[in-house]
Amino acid sequence: MIMRFIHKLGSPPYFYQFSGRLLPWLSGICLILFAYGLYGGLVLAPTDYQQGDSFRIIYIHVPAAWLSLFVYMVMAFSGAVALIWRIKITEIILINSAHIGAAFTFLALITGSIWGKPMWGTWWVWDARLTSELLLLFLYLGIIALYSAIDDKRKAARAVAILALVGVVNIPIIHYSVEWWSTLHQGPTVTKFDKPSIDTRMLIPLLVMAFAYKFLYAIVVLLRARNDVLWRERRSQWVTALFDGSK
Amino acid sequence: MHPLRKRRLFLILTMVAGIAVAAGFALVAFNENLMFFFTPTDVQAGKAPQNRLFRIGGMVVNGSVKKSTTNTDVEFDLTDNEKVVTIKYSGILPDLFREGQGIIAKGKLNHNGEFIAEEVLAKHDENYMPPEVAATMKKKKPAYIKE
Repeated sequence: MIMRFIHKLGSPPYFYQFSGRLLPWLSGICLILFAYGLYGGLVLAPTDYQQGDSFRIIYIHVPAAWLSLFVYMVMAFSGAVALIWRIKITEIILINSAHIGAAFTFLALITGSIWGKPMWGTWWVWDARLTSELLLLFLYLGIIALYSAIDDKRKAARAVAILALVGVVNIPIIHYSVEWWSTLHQGPTVTKFDKPSIDTRMLIPLLVMAFAYKFLYAIVVLLRARNDVLWRERRSQWVTALFDGSK
Repeated sequence: MHPLRKRRLFLILTMVAGIAVAAGFALVAFNENLMFFFTPTDVQAGKAPQNRLFRIGGMVVNGSVKKSTTNTDVEFDLTDNEKVVTIKYSGILPDLFREGQGIIAKGKLNHNGEFIAEEVLAKHDENYMPPEVAATMKKKKPAYIKE
């Protein structure tokens, strides 16, 4: 049953139709999560004992950083599936995630820098966390560049999948960098086995924002993937039928 | 699973495992270079480089901060709860600099074993809480922070 659904989802016309039905729901949930997360984070959450109101940039910075890792994991997984099963949709998800991942990595780096200046006293240092996150940005940019350098898009997707899988070793390095080495960046607050070292009233909006970012990614990647599907299948019957009907 | 797909899966797993091992070896080899700072214990044990810039990290010892009244000179002790190193610095300190706070200083050791800092950065911890919670927690805080 589930396998049959996955098989169906792999077919471009079904994917197009299914994602079209999914998008309004995703958008609605995303909007609610963002509204609550931003209000909760910027208004309801108490000020921090050391950083005062400046700590509130956490609601932009941390979800962006988490998403930058999450998107990469999605890409590596899609890449593996694309290499093994040669499913076109996974190739499309893989390459269309790269721009979003790059954007959120950039956002995490920029907001981190803005946060670092007043708190640490510097915009940037070459510690293990910051450097490995910068490497992630370069990985994303490398993937985008490699994909556009190869004309045959199916071959390009396979090359990109291999690059994505090579880069996946950087993900645990980013996550554990603050534990393995001494860094200026502090250790994990939420993503550890211990109880999160953040007050519950501050934590809840943070988790809501993290989900909001995930939904935003899902929406943008589906929109991009739908465009890509239409473009790749532009000569097939179902696409022509789709546009003849709407004229 | 189709044998061809099984082979591809195996190839991918081998590739990822191989790269992970290679990256692991490289990171272990460069472990010292990846450390952003030395602790006062490292410095006292002579592990820190001589006559070369390096960074030292630790907690500012309570009651040790001596600020000059005429210029921006400041002197304080830094500890990792084991050893203590005296830091001398002239310049503007970051907002979060206070006694009991984790900081990182970049500079050199002088002949008296004092650390002459060129730059002082504040390292904030991973704890976030409202001021009233912090106030109650102050009662249970470690001995090196005295009020």
